[in-house]
Amino acid sequence: MIPELGQYSLILAMIMAAFLAVIPMVGASKGSLFLMSFAKPLAKSLFLFMLISIFCLAYAFATDDFSVKYVAGNSNSALPVYYKLSAVWGGHEGSLLLWVFILSGWIFAVAIKSDGLPTDIMARVLAVLGMVGVGFISFTLITSSPFERLLVNTPLEGADLNPLLQDIGLIIHPPLLYMGYVGFSVAFAFAIAALLSGKLDVAWSRWTRPWTNLAWAFLTIGITLGSWWAYYELGWGGWWFWDPVENASFMPWLMGTALVHSLAVTEKRGLFKSWTLLLAIFTFSLSLLGTFLVRSGVLTSVHSFAADPERGLFILVLLAITVGGSLLLYAIKAYDVKSESNFELLSRETLILINNVVLVIICSMVLIGTLYPLIIDALGGGKMSVGPPYFNLLFVPFSLLLAFFMGIGILLRWKKSSPRKLLKQLLPSFFLAIAVGISAAYLFNQELAFKATLALVLAFWVVFSLILDAFSKVSNKADKLVGLSKLSPSYWAMQIAHLGVVVTMVGVALVATYSEERDIRMVPGDIVTLAEYSFEFQGAEKISGPNYSADMGTIEVLKNNQFFATMHPEKRFYPARGSMMTEADINAGLFADVFVALGEPLADGAWAVRLQYKPFMRWVWFGGVLMMFAGMLTVFDRRYKIRKSALPVTA
Amino acid sequence: MSMRRVLLFIPLVICIVLGFLFVKGLSLNPTELPSAKIGKPFPAFSLATIRNANEVLTEASLTGAVRLVNVWATWCPTCKQEHSFLNKLAQTEGVEIIGINYKDQRSKASQWLKRYRDPYIFNLYDEQGSLGLDLGVYGAPETYIVDAQAIIRYRHVGEVNARVWVDIKAKMQALGWSPKKS
Repeated sequence: MIPELGQYSLILAMIMAAFLAVIPMVGASKGSLFLMSFAKPLAKSLFLFMLISIFCLAYAFATDDFSVKYVAGNSNSALPVYYKLSAVWGGHEGSLLLWVFILSGWIFAVAIKSDGLPTDIMARVLAVLGMVGVGFISFTLITSSPFERLLVNTPLEGADLNPLLQDIGLIIHPPLLYMGYVGFSVAFAFAIAALLSGKLDVAWSRWTRPWTNLAWAFLTIGITLGSWWAYYELGWGGWWFWDPVENASFMPWLMGTALVHSLAVTEKRGLFKSWTLLLAIFTFSLSLLGTFLVRSGVLTSVHSFAADPERGLFILVLLAITVGGSLLLYAIKAYDVKSESNFELLSRETLILINNVVLVIICSMVLIGTLYPLIIDALGGGKMSVGPPYFNLLFVPFSLLLAFFMGIGILLRWKKSSPRKLLKQLLPSFFLAIAVGISAAYLFNQELAFKATLALVLAFWVVFSLILDAFSKVSNKADKLVGLSKLSPSYWAMQIAHLGVVVTMVGVALVATYSEERDIRMVPGDIVTLAEYSFEFQGAEKISGPNYSADMGTIEVLKNNQFFATMHPEKRFYPARGSMMTEADINAGLFADVFVALGEPLADGAWAVRLQYKPFMRWVWFGGVLMMFAGMLTVFDRRYKIRKSALPVTA
Repeated sequence: MSMRRVLLFIPLVICIVLGFLFVKGLSLNPTELPSAKIGKPFPAFSLATIRNANEVLTEASLTGAVRLVNVWATWCPTCKQEHSFLNKLAQTEGVEIIGINYKDQRSKASQWLKRYRDPYIFNLYDEQGSLGLDLGVYGAPETYIVDAQAIIRYRHVGEVNARVWVDIKAKMQALGWSPKKS
């Protein structure tokens, strides 16, 4: 009964979305306040029905209702209850339901936070979101309903959740990632509303910015968590694989980062308007593209869902309508959206333009690299794909270039900056950054590696600019500390976000350059040394967990001949699916991670063991956390508190 | 038309080109792995069968007819899904299917064949996965078309179902196989 209620609510949600897509839109074009007034109640009821629907699915999981096909395929009665609940999004159907549920959540948030918006804008934004809702709810209902029953041959036991997904990282990673993906639909809806109404003013940017920043913050933390999960759960110590699915989340992030910057220019200076609209459309399109690539099976990946060409075709049609339709609208209407001022070469605008161009180039390269196998196959060139060397070769120099310009852009003023003043600030920090960066790199490792050293120099370069800028903000204040504390949340968000980029950059540069690893056969008593750590293998024993059995190794680690840690990597066997999982043991530290994993058992009590030393590993993710925090912080800026508009909407 | 108007259409054009690429991409199947073994004789083996631990068969047992070789295991959920379709093929179409029970336990496999019926003419017990390794098995289930000279003609990764069967049937008929008249 409960699963049917879930399905029924989903159908009702679909109907609400369809009304939401049509009625307020017609109202906005006819200037009918009556029709537009339907937008909010419809948005709220859409959310309510989605809430009921996903709750019903969660209930089916919690009560082990294996007559529901999706539950039978992704759960097991021996599964701990929190994994049963997170199994809701453990497969294609349920994760799609989560996607739509989060979309309805954003729609709900827009509906309750839009009191200050002009009624016609609010109606159009919600209607566009309703259209996206119609597309994806119908996709769920028609091709992938999670409520399908197995009434004959009801299995007594479920096939279990994929052991890879039985992990805290996977409980929270998909919802956060989807919050980001789907959150960009709000920026997209605002862009479409602006194109339809032909109005794009400062107020528009102020409404759009907090939503975009928030979505960006979620996507940032989603990607960060995904990387962290891959690091400790996939069991081989990598943290970024340039896998199609990772790229699918990274592309909207790159485009979204460009959008966040371009929106700042549009708000402050009334410039880059049509460019901002295009970025908003692209960012959301790339989010949808990610969904298509993951679920259609056109590319193979470690974590793609069961491939099904019919589903692929459906999403492709959705994608064609959304992206094609909005770009057509853009092509016709963006001509009327004109920027209203100008700027000089040496200004923050120019540097943000450079930032945007570089980000778009990086994004295009990731796109080409990701689609390369598809392009070659479609042209009849056989099966081929490009690996991490391609991505690293292109990504590294461009991101270093980005960091170089970041250091300049932070210090520049809007409209125009004085070259003399800039030089006075930048020259000392330039030489200081070189000196400090090289010394830091030398202190860390006497064999200077070019790329790592350059990254450190650029890191200091950006940090000095951030400090200089903060002080120039308060240079005319009597008490500098009071002045600093009075700076707006947006300003601090800017500082923290860029610091986050620097932290991640330092982490990536050092861990990529100075990591050490060994894959070796060890018998109990063997000792292996890596950097300043030595590892003694003391053997492995059998243990058993709630739904698995395992071999657990014991490795004692010494650092500079002092006791450092005893580590217990595991090799688990999950009988329900018959799959083996590697549970690495990681000793995490601020400046280095020590990583041990068990490979295969060999003869005579020996094991294949993987040992790794990864300096500054945590920095890669800590930077992501800082960026997320910054994105969230901007939402609290008083500037974005929408006041009740004094102007009534005229039809 | 001004230059700017034309420029504004560029994103749309790029998107349309990508769209065509994806339509094409959908009809291609990345899991259809080109196997280096296609056109080569079936790898040599010497394995016991599931029904009898003392009955040891070699690659010679494959010659004589166009058959399917199906790699399966009791730990593989998709194999269970596939099993009823294999039963149907064996019964209604008269397809001769040879099973390779891959990295499994004999007792579990026998139980499975009792419980869900046995579509195979015989099952090789590949406990260590050594034959699977020689074949280049990517994961269970996998199905191969092997001709009368024991040469591998085709490989399908994943479940065999009604949709896949249309294709496999055509390929088998091209090799001279014909379905049972019912």
